Amino acid sequence: MLLIPCPWCGPRDETEFHYGGQAHVAYPEDPDALDDAAWAEYLFMRDNLRGPFAERWSHSGGCRRWFNAVRDTVSHEMLAVYRMGEPRPEIP
Amino acid sequence: MTASPAVRHSPLESLGDALASAAPSTAGAVALRELPFLAQVDLRCDPSDSSVMRRVEAALGGALGTALPIEPNTVATLGDLAVLWLGPDEWLIVGSPDAEGALEARLREALGDAVGSVVDVSANRTTIEVRGPAARELLAAACSVDLHLRAFGPGRCAQTALARAAVILHQTSDEPCYRILVRPSFATYLARWLLDALDGLEGLDDLETAVRSEGRT
Repeated sequence: MLLIPCPWCGPRDETEFHYGGQAHVAYPEDPDALDDAAWAEYLFMRDNLRGPFAERWSHSGGCRRWFNAVRDTVSHEMLAVYRMGEPRPEIP
Repeated sequence: MTASPAVRHSPLESLGDALASAAPSTAGAVALRELPFLAQVDLRCDPSDSSVMRRVEAALGGALGTALPIEPNTVATLGDLAVLWLGPDEWLIVGSPDAEGALEARLREALGDAVGSVVDVSANRTTIEVRGPAARELLAAACSVDLHLRAFGPGRCAQTALARAAVILHQTSDEPCYRILVRPSFATYLARWLLDALDGLEGLDDLETAVRSEGRT
């Protein structure tokens, strides 16, 4: 069980959260200009890192707000959480 | 539109006697009862818009900065109204039964044309009150939020899971007394779970110790 620090509510059980995949995947500026391969790249292809990974979580069982978190995919340690719209913090 | 009292039934009506038996069977360590039909209004508005905040807070009977708590998971109490923080731009206003109509109209007028919403959600949840020296032990058995006084005291609320049911937990006094706001479809389950858990409390030899140490804090 992970203890995830919601930026609003503080540390809560993992069961209260919903996972939202990789963070900072920007919607294409001009989607009509993309060919199928580029669209599929945006839609489906995600990084699969070993180490710190920025991802989206929703505190669905609590305040129901989305936020970003940096999680180490090896140790599951939550290295940082930050609110939507904030830049990814530097991880030492 | 509120149903007339003659045809209105609360979700835990049939468990009223069972809930009332909690206090005698635990020698007063925990008292349970349903608080049916509390008025509940969900308010959303922009906390950075001070003119809207001032109007809404005046409609609730408070000055700017006193009626709508900005700190997460805290509650502002104004007379018989409790204003629970649900999100950075969302609050739940809980009042006496049948107050929802007037409350909704007042808040809607205060919100005016500003971005936001006022919704009567009184039928969304019923309320179980858990009161007594062992109330915290009872809830802590099935709640992952730290309910210790250093983390959670009077005037605090949390949206979390209690025995796997989604609830809004609100501590109203340091007796301690808690209100559990729960969906009607989960209310019977949760009430029966609490009654079951009482048996666990009663079986514990250290219950009296717990009661005594509560008395000291």
